[in-house]
Amino acid sequence: MAQEFWRWKEYTWRAPDISWTDGKIITGGVDVGSVSTQAVVMVDGEIYAYANMRTGSDSPDSARKAMNWALQDSDLTLDKIHYIVGTGYGRVNVPFAHKTITEIACHARGANYLYGPSVRTVLDMGGQDCKAISCDERGKVTAFVMNDKCAAGTGRGMEVFADLMQVPIEQLGELSLQVDKEPEPVSSTCVVFAKSEAVGLLRKGWRKNAVLAAYCNAMAHRVCTLLERISIQKDFAITGGIAKNVGVVTRLEKELGVQAIKPTFDTQIAGAVGAALLGKAIAEQEKK
Amino acid sequence: MIANFGYTDGSGEYYIMLDTDKCNGCGACVPACRAHILELRDNEYAPLAATKIVVVKDANRKRIKYDCAPCKPASAARALRCVTACKPGAIAHSW
Ligand code: SF4
Ligand code: SF4
Repeated sequence: MAQEFWRWKEYTWRAPDISWTDGKIITGGVDVGSVSTQAVVMVDGEIYAYANMRTGSDSPDSARKAMNWALQDSDLTLDKIHYIVGTGYGRVNVPFAHKTITEIACHARGANYLYGPSVRTVLDMGGQDCKAISCDERGKVTAFVMNDKCAAGTGRGMEVFADLMQVPIEQLGELSLQVDKEPEPVSSTCVVFAKSEAVGLLRKGWRKNAVLAAYCNAMAHRVCTLLERISIQKDFAITGGIAKNVGVVTRLEKELGVQAIKPTFDTQIAGAVGAALLGKAIAEQEKK
Repeated sequence: MIANFGYTDGSGEYYIMLDTDKCNGCGACVPACRAHILELRDNEYAPLAATKIVVVKDANRKRIKYDCAPCKPASAARALRCVTACKPGAIAHSW
């Protein structure tokens, strides 16, 4: 079989030191995106387990698979989770969710937890769209803008480029930084046009690195115009899959003149973490 | 909270900005809009509050430049029906 360069690694994680049986409240968050699905389980507001995998053609099935995977090797079962929130583009397709919440609210809450309460601007660069969110010290949304008009600047666009360049997706960003001089950004922001533009550049004899640099540059620039609408304030955090691409992140920081906080966890789980935390708050509210 | 519904493309920035702190969910703007692009919904952006706000319908967010065009003749500035209908002044347009 030919190597699938776009295929990123799926994985699962469990906290070694948390016992769910000691927990007072167990909540779950499932973020079904267009490209990836994450399931997070939290015990008293601490991450107990999570899984991150590709979204299959059947969303309800993806949600269930991700949750099952997060809970594998644990004797915690779905019915013991008190409250589950579905979020993301496919949020209505989480059959076991008690409630659905827009990913905007979930990403703000998740970033507040994962990066700390000093975060005021969250940029979520997901599979199929980009969102810029302002939030307060409790992770409440104070403004947002979202761009879902096309797939450029998103995970899907990166997958297309990994495939075109025959470079594993995890290495794209690093490679794009290996240029002596920063090339002009590709002029198209639409991924279909950007791809044909890239093919043209390769034919002209451009090296892969330079073409990737031109693409990452264009993506970074495009996202900057989105951020201008909500006026970026520090601290600044990036969530979603593209946060792992140093080629885009470095260029973005340069154009904005602001450093993003360096994550110490998987940036793709922010939405699901926020969903689980909002689920906890709702469950506690309902009890009162 | 300011919700920006819309998009940026090569020709400009097209956003309807709703101030959810001002919007009281009265719904007056919904029938005022002849393009039928507004609707009342639970305020999903503040899931713990359980209030209603007006939003631009999902399907219209990518084409408001065209949907709103009849309200915005290029020749003269005119008061927008949605903005006039909203007593608390929650609605603004970027273009
Ligand atoms: S400008 Fe006109 S078409 Fe656009 S939202 Fe307002 S009333 Fe509707
Ligand atoms: S008229 Fe104004 S306050 Fe009433 S629902 Fe519309 S935006 Fe909200």
